[in-house]
Amino acid sequence: MARPMTLTEKILAAHSGRAEVSPGDIISIDLDLVMANELSAAVAITEFRKIKGATKVWDHSKIALVPSHFTPNKDIATATLSKMMRDFATEQGIEHYFEVGRGGIEHVVLPENGMVGPGETIIGGDSHTTTYGGVGAFATGVGSTDIAAAFATGEMWLRVPPTVKIVYEGALRPYASAKDLILATIGRLGVDGAIYGALEFTGPVVKELPISGRFTMANMSIEAGAKNGIFPVDAMTEAYCAAVGKKNYTVYHSDRDAEYERTVVIDCSAIEPQVAIPWLPENTKNASDLNDIEVHQAVIGTCTNGRIEDMRQAAEVLKGRKIHPQVRAIVIPGSQKVYMQCIKEGLTEIFIEAGCVVSTPTCGPCVGGHMGVLADGERCISTTNRNFRGRMGHVKSEVYLAGPYVAAASAVAGHITGPEQLGKPVAA
Amino acid sequence: MILKGTAHKYGKNVDTDVIIPGRYCNLIDPVELGKHALEDLDAGFVRKAKPGDLIVADTNFGCGSSREVAAVALKGAGVAGVVAKSFARIFYRNCINTGLPIFECPEGVDGINDGDTITVDADNGVIRNESTGKQFKATQFPQFMQDLIAGGGLLKYVEKRLQEKAAQTA
Repeated sequence: MARPMTLTEKILAAHSGRAEVSPGDIISIDLDLVMANELSAAVAITEFRKIKGATKVWDHSKIALVPSHFTPNKDIATATLSKMMRDFATEQGIEHYFEVGRGGIEHVVLPENGMVGPGETIIGGDSHTTTYGGVGAFATGVGSTDIAAAFATGEMWLRVPPTVKIVYEGALRPYASAKDLILATIGRLGVDGAIYGALEFTGPVVKELPISGRFTMANMSIEAGAKNGIFPVDAMTEAYCAAVGKKNYTVYHSDRDAEYERTVVIDCSAIEPQVAIPWLPENTKNASDLNDIEVHQAVIGTCTNGRIEDMRQAAEVLKGRKIHPQVRAIVIPGSQKVYMQCIKEGLTEIFIEAGCVVSTPTCGPCVGGHMGVLADGERCISTTNRNFRGRMGHVKSEVYLAGPYVAAASAVAGHITGPEQLGKPVAA
Repeated sequence: MILKGTAHKYGKNVDTDVIIPGRYCNLIDPVELGKHALEDLDAGFVRKAKPGDLIVADTNFGCGSSREVAAVALKGAGVAGVVAKSFARIFYRNCINTGLPIFECPEGVDGINDGDTITVDADNGVIRNESTGKQFKATQFPQFMQDLIAGGGLLKYVEKRLQEKAAQTA
């Protein structure tokens, strides 16, 4: 009889051909999917070429390449990186290459195309690869050389992480979303509170949370230093998999007597809409306490909050309202599918009527790349995931992290605020 | 291998965005990347750092992005190694994979001031503050990682794995 294990440990044991694993074990796992974007792929391809004996990738059907960060190409240098990845995809016959106009941001695109599922092992050349834990996958970000190695072998070595269990109790308050839960969690744990560990998100509140919200939370696990973040698989997960056509996956559950490094209980009834102030995601405050902070830009989208449910939250606030004259509001649906759905549901019209830019899917402004870079002294309220110094542009610009409700409401007010504090819409 | 240089000391949570800002992530060349190393944390770093100098920092060094160019940029700037109380996990892997020596040593960090001259014996992890004469011992890498590094790094390990796999199927 194997030792009792957590969900993360069970997936790692199954993918390393072992009956059991324990935290601290160094193991080699078989990978179900290896992902890279144009930035990580360009370096990975260069490293892959150096491997003697590797001319073809290990499995052209298990690699996903997604141009996303500086695309549509912002300059010649980034166009060159994109071209390297495109040429490699053609040369290697990569099945899952998502060209600009047919994809979007990797962490929105892969789930909606049924490419990530429960019990799978996924690595990506992007730190927010942790997103796929939203459907109960073991998913983690790595650098380009690790991606090159995985291209060649379909394997990766890792240290089995201890699991930290987070239990969300109580009930969500009005306008409190998954983003507010994860910001509050990071505020509680700190940016290295789960360093090298796995976060397992449990409790009655997350049981009710839609898969999009689970992706948002798993996405930001890395902001607490975690290797991966994972949700138990339930009926909602299975329904999601059926809807996106994900088949052939294995469901694992944490054993009742599994060992956790620690358990943290969070009472959601006490969580108001949150904002993380510069320069770390752990600097969380109540949005209602920051009303004197003016904003010059709002970004709504990205791998954290670029799904249709996020767009609906923003539209709910922006319907019949106008963006503040001193604010630029940039709405970025996370994928072509989300973009199309926004049009079908009339959300795009709401955004444009309100005075927003509606951009093609891109990571652009989040990484200070393009499509919303900040000048000296400018401040942005953003549904992105990092507020590090200079993250979105000038070293003296500032990023305040929030969910779509708060970002949209702040764009209307011209200062940080929650939707409940806004007046009546101009044309309700 | 003995590393010897001036310590440049920084605080907690030095993130990859300040190690190499996103605006330079369209670069690949280590020397070009190195010109912007730590630019958003300490604009004077590249000017004052001499080849062979070391960075000393508090906890969670390298947190944030998976960008491997963060480790490459430090190497490109001539940084010989990083001593920190702890490292963010992706950055830790990237350092092993790109050959930037890193040393986890909380006591050493507390015992080194900005501008001190330090030597690090990379083979046994002994860190010596030449300015004070104090000596510290870094946490040992697990055996697997020691073997990986001694064997020439991840790509060499992969070559060996490919040969093993070919032999299995042959």
